[in-house]
Amino acid sequence: MGQITLQRVRKSFGPVSIIKDANLDIEDGSFVVFVGPSGCGKTTLLRLIAGLEDVTGGQILIDGRNVVDVPPAKRGLSMVFQSYALYPHMSVRGNIAFGLKMAGLPRPEIHRKVEAAAATLNLTPYLDRKPRELSGGQRQRVAIGRAIVREPKAFLFDEPLSNLDAALRVQMRLEVTKLQKQLGTTAVYVTHDQVEAMTMADKIVVLNAGSIEQYGSPIELYERPANLFVAGFIGSPKMNFVSGAAAGEPGVATLGVRPEHLKIGKEGEGWPGTVSVAEHLGSDTFLYVDAGKLGMLTARCIGEFSLKAGDRVWLVPDPARLHRFDKDGEVIRR
Amino acid sequence: MARKVTARRVWVSTAAAWLFGFLIFLPILWMVLTSFKTELEAFAMPPTFLFFHWTTENYATVQGRSDYLHHALNSIMVAGGSTLIALLIAIPAAWSMAFAPTKRTKDVLLWMLSTKMMPPVGVLVPIYLIYRDFGLLDTRAGLVLILCLGNLPIVIWMLFTYFKEIPKDILEAARMDGATIGRELIYVLTPMAVPGLASTLLLNFILAWNEAFWTLNLSTLDAAPLTVFIASYSSPEGLFWAKLSAASTLAIAPIIILGWFTQRQLVRGLTFGAVK
Repeated sequence: MGQITLQRVRKSFGPVSIIKDANLDIEDGSFVVFVGPSGCGKTTLLRLIAGLEDVTGGQILIDGRNVVDVPPAKRGLSMVFQSYALYPHMSVRGNIAFGLKMAGLPRPEIHRKVEAAAATLNLTPYLDRKPRELSGGQRQRVAIGRAIVREPKAFLFDEPLSNLDAALRVQMRLEVTKLQKQLGTTAVYVTHDQVEAMTMADKIVVLNAGSIEQYGSPIELYERPANLFVAGFIGSPKMNFVSGAAAGEPGVATLGVRPEHLKIGKEGEGWPGTVSVAEHLGSDTFLYVDAGKLGMLTARCIGEFSLKAGDRVWLVPDPARLHRFDKDGEVIRR
Repeated sequence: MARKVTARRVWVSTAAAWLFGFLIFLPILWMVLTSFKTELEAFAMPPTFLFFHWTTENYATVQGRSDYLHHALNSIMVAGGSTLIALLIAIPAAWSMAFAPTKRTKDVLLWMLSTKMMPPVGVLVPIYLIYRDFGLLDTRAGLVLILCLGNLPIVIWMLFTYFKEIPKDILEAARMDGATIGRELIYVLTPMAVPGLASTLLLNFILAWNEAFWTLNLSTLDAAPLTVFIASYSSPEGLFWAKLSAASTLAIAPIIILGWFTQRQLVRGLTFGAVK
């Protein structure tokens, strides 16, 4: 079991409020990703759950038990750090076994569990090496091995892939997701990379300036962002925002449309503009269009278009895919 | 552009380095040579360098007149004891300042260092009186205490800088893995800080071994370490250079041997963290 509930969790460092009233329900076995710009408090929130920071107020429940006064090790969680944080003076075996040793397990059991974890992560040939003799990806796997061997209620990942190169990151992303599904253990994962968030998560928590902006499945966040921040943060390239008045929608402060929901129309149709830059990627074409009083718009068109800078275009938004926001940035549901 | 290193430049700089090294080593060499001369040859003008009548009688006289082993044992116990106690106090102190700093930590560190700026002679009289009243004069415990307190600021500073280099994440990982503060210190922090601990230990041992001001003033015979043993050969009426040299050679021999075998560790410790 590994159900984590946050109730009105607050954290401040002196007068600076880092987390403001966070409420969250993480279901057992789910993969939840905290995402947000740097400094939004996502790592702090993770460290509060881990017990590495003390809450200023509120409750953290793990399987229904309030753990705010419980030390990190007794919470039954394990953590993978951004820097891997391996013990440099211990072998891979020593690193993975450390937690079990601290828990006072008998030697044969430690041995069996370490072997099993190493086999799962393809680390068996490296068990007697020191961390400095391993590559970045292998070190990352040792850090994960150290986390899984304790059979925790939940894994906490603090940007674990950010030190890896792009190709390895994609591979490890798949491995982590697969492993989590296979073990069925709850995972809380912090990242600033929205691609990681979208691909790995069952549910995403979007954080901004210490507040939870929205909590939902990746598709939910993409299709029904609750506010301007989430709309702008999720999706790449970024959603276009135009003023409601300029787009002919009175009562709407901001109108949002994703680049992939703008089509190139016939002359006189939709919003006129001039192409300022055209990026031809083969599979897609990104058009950066100067649409006069609507401002700059980005359109993502499937396939190859022979448009170039200076060409005149007409962009037609998909009416079913328009996002309307009020003056406070909250979505207007119809 | 890389600087061009000509053979000439290499030759000149090598010669300069050897010359400089020799100049630093010269007094020690001279002392060792003098210890094998007769008293007459020791202050002969012009001085003899290698071609003199070699003799070991100074060593015999020195050992016969004062008990070398007694003083050497005192030195070992006083230097070793003060170093170990200083480390036991400094490890937790440096740990808390490195990993759980408060707003005032910097001030505390500076304050500790500032105690080293005061000339010891400034507090000689009060310390002497305190030692007299507590019966600590000429006791090993008294010397251990004063040397330990005297070197503590440096030990804490050194350990603090080593501990600072250890990533906080690793200690947090240990905490997540269920290590208590004590186990974190024993299993994670101390092994990782071994190079730093070793060089701190060595440096402090050498400092305590060579410390002369307090040992000379606070001990006379029972607890007197080798510094007192040397000083007893510099008499006010006429100097016995050869015997003084023999005593000095005997006194520094253990520490030179120790330093020789641990020089790699010492250099590594002193430049620790200078380059990543």
